[in-house]
Amino acid sequence: MNLLAEAWAWLTDPASWTDGGIPERIAQHLAVTFVVVVIAAVIALPAGIAVGHRRRGGGWVVATSGAARAIPTLGVLTLFALWLGIGLVAPVLALVLLAIPPLIAGAYAGVAAIDHSIPEAARAIGMSEAQIVGRVEVPLAARTIVGGLRSATLQVIATATLAAYISDTGLGRYIIGGLKSRDYAEMIGGSVLVVALALILDAAFALALRLRIFRTTTSARHHERTAL
Amino acid sequence: MNWLQQNIALVAELTVIHLAITIAAVFLSLLLAVPIGRLAYRWKWVGGPTVAVLAVLYAVPSLPLLIIVPAVTGTPLRSPLNLVMVLTIYGVAVLVRSVVDGFVAVPVSPRTAATAVGYSGWARFWVVELPLAAPIIIAGLRVVLVSTISLVTIGSIIGIRSLGTFFTDGFQRGIVAEVATGVVVTVTLALLLDQLCAVAARRALPWTVPTERRRRSVPQ
Repeated sequence: MNLLAEAWAWLTDPASWTDGGIPERIAQHLAVTFVVVVIAAVIALPAGIAVGHRRRGGGWVVATSGAARAIPTLGVLTLFALWLGIGLVAPVLALVLLAIPPLIAGAYAGVAAIDHSIPEAARAIGMSEAQIVGRVEVPLAARTIVGGLRSATLQVIATATLAAYISDTGLGRYIIGGLKSRDYAEMIGGSVLVVALALILDAAFALALRLRIFRTTTSARHHERTAL
Repeated sequence: MNWLQQNIALVAELTVIHLAITIAAVFLSLLLAVPIGRLAYRWKWVGGPTVAVLAVLYAVPSLPLLIIVPAVTGTPLRSPLNLVMVLTIYGVAVLVRSVVDGFVAVPVSPRTAATAVGYSGWARFWVVELPLAAPIIIAGLRVVLVSTISLVTIGSIIGIRSLGTFFTDGFQRGIVAEVATGVVVTVTLALLLDQLCAVAARRALPWTVPTERRRRSVPQ
């Protein structure tokens, strides 16, 4: 418990909050997380929505994202660092790669969970395929898609912490640096900051999901539980 | 390939350690999640908050948790026990939900039939409810198994030996083959155990099959 008191002292020490300190680390961590999630989403969401719209190849998507869980994040990070050298490119690339499979699976699950009759009805009243996707399926799947973004964001916050092992970025540096210098207060303080950041973002997503724009059909809500 | 040939004994040793940590964590998760999930299913006022708390726990990143847990419990930082505790937290977080879903999926008729032929609540739980809930629980268990095997490697950052040691060691010494071996062995181990679990479940719980078929025939 003494360690926790020391960590608290570190966290409340004004010196930790000066230039290049905690605020800058938090900003870096958030920036890396944001960039990674955006790049991954730009690639993964259209792909997942397309597979869901066609309602074919879904088993393959689910199996791949399941198998992707087996890939050790730290292994991918260190492998990329050895190939691409020290810097930001290796961790960002590795994190993007790891964020893509769950995002595709989430978007697919959201669209595929929509009752068959709904896109068919849209087709019957003369909507084009693009209109069906844009005006019917994406709005109905929005809740699940944002849910997928939520878990991807949390995953990236966690893996961005590991990224500090191969590059000097984000809050993870307090953990890795603290380990090397045996500064437990810094390690625990840094850990608490990462946990707080993750929980705040998670809560923000939870609040956003309560917005009325995320109305959804009951069947979609049911499937979201089983899919994610 | 050369690196692998020279270090085959180390690969075997770390695989065994890796497996031991994984099995301990997954077993403990199951042991804790079944009673928690059963109670959460039985009493809704327990279930709601429990599932909410576990969802929050699941959102906590693993490396920070590996630092915070020993600071709270007093376990040595580099003890495999520390890793087992952290992995058990994640395992329980995922499994409790599967357990609740599993019991929800047990139809009412076999339950009442068991009561009618004279099963007490306790016997009915073991003989009727748990086996019928098992296919869904095992689906959750497989998710936990695979993600646990991959998560064990994180411990290597703080010095807990596992297949993850190949990542930290290979990175520090700049040996690509060592890191690559670690990745391949970890993924293979995860997929192998997952399949083993699936086959064992199919053998032991032949009633899994109708459930799957029913799910597929549900109009989507």
